[in-house]
Amino acid sequence: MSIAQLNKRFLLAFLAVVALMIASYQWDDGQTTAVAARTVREAAPLILAALCGLVGERSGIINIGIEGQMLLGAFVGFMAASATGNLWIGGLAAMAVAAVAGLFLAWTSIVFKMDQIIAGTVINIFGIGVTSFLYVQGRTMPSIPNWPIPGLDELPLLGRMLFNHGPLTYIAILAVVVVHIALFQTRWGLRTRAVGEHPGAADTVGVRVFRLRYVNLALAGTLAGLAGVALLQSASVFNRGMTNGKGFIALAVMIFGRYRPFGVMWAALLFGFFNALQAQLQFKQVVEVPPQFFGMIPFVLTIAVLAIAGLSSRPPAAIGQPYETE
Amino acid sequence: MERVQWRLVVMPVLAVVLGLACGAVLILLSGDNPAVAYWGMFQGSLGGSDAFGRTLEKATPLVLGGLAVAFAFKAGLFNIGGQGQLLLGAAFSAWVGYRFGLPAIVHIPLALLVGAVMASTLGALAGLLKATRGTHEVISTIMLNFVAANLTEWLVSRDGPWNDPDGGALARTPLIRESARLPRVGDLPTGFLVAVLAAVLIWWVVSRSTLGFEVQTVGANAKAATYAGISVTRITVIAMTISAALAGLGGAIQTQGVIDRFEPGFNTGLGFDGITIALLARTNALAVIPAALLIGAMDAGSTLMQARTDVEPEVINVIQAFILFFVAAPTVVRWLLRLRDDADDNGFELATGWGAA
Repeated sequence: MSIAQLNKRFLLAFLAVVALMIASYQWDDGQTTAVAARTVREAAPLILAALCGLVGERSGIINIGIEGQMLLGAFVGFMAASATGNLWIGGLAAMAVAAVAGLFLAWTSIVFKMDQIIAGTVINIFGIGVTSFLYVQGRTMPSIPNWPIPGLDELPLLGRMLFNHGPLTYIAILAVVVVHIALFQTRWGLRTRAVGEHPGAADTVGVRVFRLRYVNLALAGTLAGLAGVALLQSASVFNRGMTNGKGFIALAVMIFGRYRPFGVMWAALLFGFFNALQAQLQFKQVVEVPPQFFGMIPFVLTIAVLAIAGLSSRPPAAIGQPYETE
Repeated sequence: MERVQWRLVVMPVLAVVLGLACGAVLILLSGDNPAVAYWGMFQGSLGGSDAFGRTLEKATPLVLGGLAVAFAFKAGLFNIGGQGQLLLGAAFSAWVGYRFGLPAIVHIPLALLVGAVMASTLGALAGLLKATRGTHEVISTIMLNFVAANLTEWLVSRDGPWNDPDGGALARTPLIRESARLPRVGDLPTGFLVAVLAAVLIWWVVSRSTLGFEVQTVGANAKAATYAGISVTRITVIAMTISAALAGLGGAIQTQGVIDRFEPGFNTGLGFDGITIALLARTNALAVIPAALLIGAMDAGSTLMQARTDVEPEVINVIQAFILFFVAAPTVVRWLLRLRDDADDNGFELATGWGAA
């Protein structure tokens, strides 16, 4: 499929969504606004987590430890914010710990050539275990405030949908733009993509493959840490296992988004929409369906999306294989 | 040759020792005495026949969870859906157990079988998606964990069809009938014997049968297997189905031998234990038994450990993560302990990418 065809399809889909939103708003403005705002909010942690996976895979390393990185980020961020009363310190601590987990993944796969799936599983088990072990009940942290954007937040529908969110939601959107530009317009991006597709070739022209993988996994880790903080943004408190599979859903978002930042954003919004719809239907009791069936939706959707997109979404060629210098 | 065989035992043992050492540091950092904690863990798991019975009880689902992961590994597949498969097996075995009145000789095996078969559908689905749509089994099996958790929770919830009418607001099934319960011989739970039988059977299938040969060929090199006339699709589906059935059997035994009903929320976590055990056993079905006994002992002993030292039982999950790390990267262990290099022992390889390629 050519780019022009793809763009045309995309434009049609975008217009269809806008038309549906306007129609829905005419029918019930309150609920439409609520679902739209929640869609964006639910998408934020998925965007950040999927970008973490994307940067890693573009550099040739599969990361299934995102779930563990998010949990570690959320836990350490919460504890730091709780101890100091300073949200900024909490955010930085979350980024740091998840970056260390990213470095661990790079280290095990580069130095010890450990299987990357197993290394990721180690991060997950460790993250779940250590955060449950150190968890103390009854701690609180200052809640993360909303940052309404003056003037714009008063707009009907769009105001609450786009311009009245917590900081992490804006950061998620910003991260999409930044990662996109960095990946496709900078020297770093070219090198990263080369290392993910053909590390041998990149090495020959002087790219330091291992160093780039270390740097990228650490940078990607900070995004997973922020994804953990984005969970705290909604919950305001740390709970055991609060990621609830989001780190794995993020992998599906990454694959469905075809390993591209904007693709990831649209895919995450789709997942966010189903989550929001699910929550709204359940909350308003529009239909008599047991809550457990609503609870299944994101997971069934993930499988369905992968079954549909899996064959056409091509991962970077060199992922999963340890690289050996000649 | 002799020396390599010896290494196969030594490396896992070293991994366990190093894992326990890392756990000791963590316990020390949290302000408790690791010696007292580990002594409590030891006494609570092996100090006396009732403690040992508890260890066997805890080890039973772990043997089957470990077998599930190990068998899928042989085909180059990673089944991390053990948790969901176990839940489905446990729920369906409870349903057969309370719903029907049958003589024990039929009832016990029937309930076990229904649990295993229902759980195997989850594996079959993941295998089918992998073989035909290229959906990576790591993601699909984890997603199915959540689907199974929600489904079983609904089945036994207040509005669900299997709810216990005497349970008030509790989400659980009625007690299963006496005829479906796995008996105990003294302190020995017979469910453990079923698990051991399953391990022997899987060992036989893998090392002695045609199917086992095909599974291992696909696992070693799918392209070569296709060239040799083995259908990779068929083997992928079969391997995932058998793998999930094993995990489901573990759940059924848990229902019929320990809990006597199904209630959601038992054995929470993502069922990662099976992965640690399978790797500790180097995916050998018979070696899964001692590996599961070890993790089961830690689990059984954690209660007494907590009673003596205030160390949260979750510490055993952290220790398991360390053990998994050391066992999956023998080079780390050699590097830490300055051992000589062993070229034919480089851990495990699974990562083959997400796509269909």
